[in-house]
Amino acid sequence: MAQAARRFAIRAGVVAALLIVVVLVINVFSHGAFLTPENLTNVLRQITYNAILAIGQTFVIITAGIDLSVGSLIELTGVVMAQFANAMPFDGFPLIVATLLVGLAVGCSAGLINALPVVRLNLPPFITTLAMMLMARGLAFKLSHGRPVGLNSTAFNNTGIGFLFEGPLRHIGLPGIPIAVLWMAVLVTIFAIVLVRTPFGRYVFAIGGNEEAARLAGIDVRLVKTMVYVISGGCAAIASLLLMARFASGSPNTGIGSELQSIAAVVVGGTSLMGGRGSVVASFFGALLIGMLNNVMNLLNIESYTQDIVLGAVILIAVIFDQLRRRYFTS
Amino acid sequence: MEGIVKTFPGVRALDGVTFEVERGEVHALVGENGAGKSTLMKILAGAERADSGTIAVDGKPVTIDGPRAAENLGIGMIYQEFNLVPDLGVVENILLGHEPIARGIFLDAPAAERAVTAALSELGIGLPFDRPARRLSVAQQQMTEIAKSLVRKARLIVMDEPTAALTEREIEALFALIRKLKAQGVAFVYISHRLEEVPRIADRITVLRDGRTIATKPAPEMPQDEMIRLMVGRALDTHFPELPAVALDAPVMLRVHALSASTGPSGIDFEVRAGEIVGLAGLVGAGRTEIVRAIAGADIPNGGEVDVAGKRVVVRGPHSAIEAGIALITEDRKAQGLVLGMTVRENVTLAHLDAYTHRFFVDRAAETKITTREIDELSIRTPSPEQIVRNLSGGNQQKVVLAKWLIGEARVFLFDEPTRGIDIGAKAEIYGLMVELLRHGAAIVMVSSELPEVLGMSDRILVIRDGRIAAEFSRSEATPDKIISVATGVAA
Repeated sequence: MAQAARRFAIRAGVVAALLIVVVLVINVFSHGAFLTPENLTNVLRQITYNAILAIGQTFVIITAGIDLSVGSLIELTGVVMAQFANAMPFDGFPLIVATLLVGLAVGCSAGLINALPVVRLNLPPFITTLAMMLMARGLAFKLSHGRPVGLNSTAFNNTGIGFLFEGPLRHIGLPGIPIAVLWMAVLVTIFAIVLVRTPFGRYVFAIGGNEEAARLAGIDVRLVKTMVYVISGGCAAIASLLLMARFASGSPNTGIGSELQSIAAVVVGGTSLMGGRGSVVASFFGALLIGMLNNVMNLLNIESYTQDIVLGAVILIAVIFDQLRRRYFTS
Repeated sequence: MEGIVKTFPGVRALDGVTFEVERGEVHALVGENGAGKSTLMKILAGAERADSGTIAVDGKPVTIDGPRAAENLGIGMIYQEFNLVPDLGVVENILLGHEPIARGIFLDAPAAERAVTAALSELGIGLPFDRPARRLSVAQQQMTEIAKSLVRKARLIVMDEPTAALTEREIEALFALIRKLKAQGVAFVYISHRLEEVPRIADRITVLRDGRTIATKPAPEMPQDEMIRLMVGRALDTHFPELPAVALDAPVMLRVHALSASTGPSGIDFEVRAGEIVGLAGLVGAGRTEIVRAIAGADIPNGGEVDVAGKRVVVRGPHSAIEAGIALITEDRKAQGLVLGMTVRENVTLAHLDAYTHRFFVDRAAETKITTREIDELSIRTPSPEQIVRNLSGGNQQKVVLAKWLIGEARVFLFDEPTRGIDIGAKAEIYGLMVELLRHGAAIVMVSSELPEVLGMSDRILVIRDGRIAAEFSRSEATPDKIISVATGVAA
């Protein structure tokens, strides 16, 4: 116990020290534009969608699966939710709740469809979610005729761009807490606890570590695996709601590449694609790191092609570093 | 090999070991798990590097800095788990990395087949060319490995536990092959836990203990009991504990009737009473494992009945069997019994997590408490309940598997090869534990390929052949000859 705690402390210490150094260096190079409350709040807002996708992706990847459909599901649920909201006779808070439920129904059903061939026929999730990625995107385009569906209601504005405690915090020189960021914080907390503290979370790890041993221990492997894809689809729907609220429209092409971004966040966070290991909080930090890099490069006026090159390199270095660290600690 | 030292963090695995093999000799290397046998052989095969010490081949000092270097020196290594590519065939596996090439760039399939056919006929063995390696029997995979070594001109072949999964007849065939190659000057290092077979094949025996060479003697000069004494550093007077007598009025705990499964078992009928242990003997592939798997719901039976303590069990999967009080301790603990990357605690509670869950959340304090209790009771050697199971030795891993089932309410224990690949000390502890279970009224079914184990640890023995019960012997009437002749189909 003490040994594990010490190991964790060393690990966390090293990571924290590195982060601080990186942030300070960045701040100097950006002439102080990075370390401002406004900019940091901005970073958090930008990573919200990716961090929420990364939650579901973490569950899936710990079971040694992968979910390529989340980007398209953002689009499909976004279009469906926007059309639904426009068709409803009521407005205000009830509309937000109803719209979210519709989005969750679509996202979770898609997750269920992703999972069934995986658990019933043993098909690789790479294939089933790839198929879903194409189908969901196609459907989103068909439903919206390829155009963003503008929201008629203004009920979503606050969710998308609103702040909490704006008044009092402004007083002491801080921006408020963006409501979307609050959603992210709540979701990360809930699912981090689900993963670490509940039997379901334990089973997710057990299945990723040794599926046969898990099955023989009486765990309902099919149910647990189905649930992780459903969670992932649900996360896509929530991310989509926040995006839709932010831009006041559900667009059929906002999610392109999001699935890879979320996988990148999970991997940078140290979760193994082989399964059996991972953490929701670590994936959040993965998303944060990627978001910070994007932000800094924007501040430094680095063109987007160069940004891609840097991001790719950072992902590679992060994974190599993680592997070396792991080897050092296991030997 | 002289003065070989190898340390791992925290462990001095080898502490100045000296070991030599002569041309055309079969040299057995014995010792408990953790004695350093595997490490020593990995150094020889270039999989690990020694910290100090020298290795000489034909009297010339050599450096072995990788598997390729070992191969070039004529050293072939056959690991217990084998190193075949599961989806390639016999020919492709044997020639892997040494494929004949036609016209500069193309694989020459006919030449490859000719080369392998020639090599196999020289060995006097036949292997099917038409199926992938994973569909070969264990014995066939082993023959493929031997042929692979010989194609690479190996003059010294190291075999780690070569007979662990072989039947008696296959072992005979293996020994015949070893003797034949020996006559051609090939030397063997033979690592085995099965001490009774060592004198049958070895010319000399070296005993390792705690990373040191304890003794090297010609095989006839080292009887089995001395081997054991040297290995454990003390004499073990008996291998098997006394089994408690089964009460005449003991209730039937497990009743299996007309059980069949698509994996092989058909029409299986037997009963086990409380406090009774029934051994399932037979050849590998006879369907013994499949019988216990069907009872435990690891494979779903397609016919028949299973009752536990008089109550019908509808076996729809592992969960329903566990609920009914059936525990299956599988043959392959790494593949089926444990999540190696998880901690001792997490593995111990995995099958009964509901009992350690309080309002949606896993109660870690309760988990730690039960795990600590099991660690004490089974004397599992682990620094803490938080140790990753992968880092434990085989015997201790097996005890973790047992702990996982002991914390539940199981009354029927199905042991599949409970002591495979674990050392003598741990074996004795596991036998002791089985006796303890019997005393508490459990019923045990034990599948074992080690005849002495079946004979020593069963009240009754069922001999399985082709998925059916071919014969039943009481403990007093069972003999090795009778079991083998029924198992091989010589007698009915």
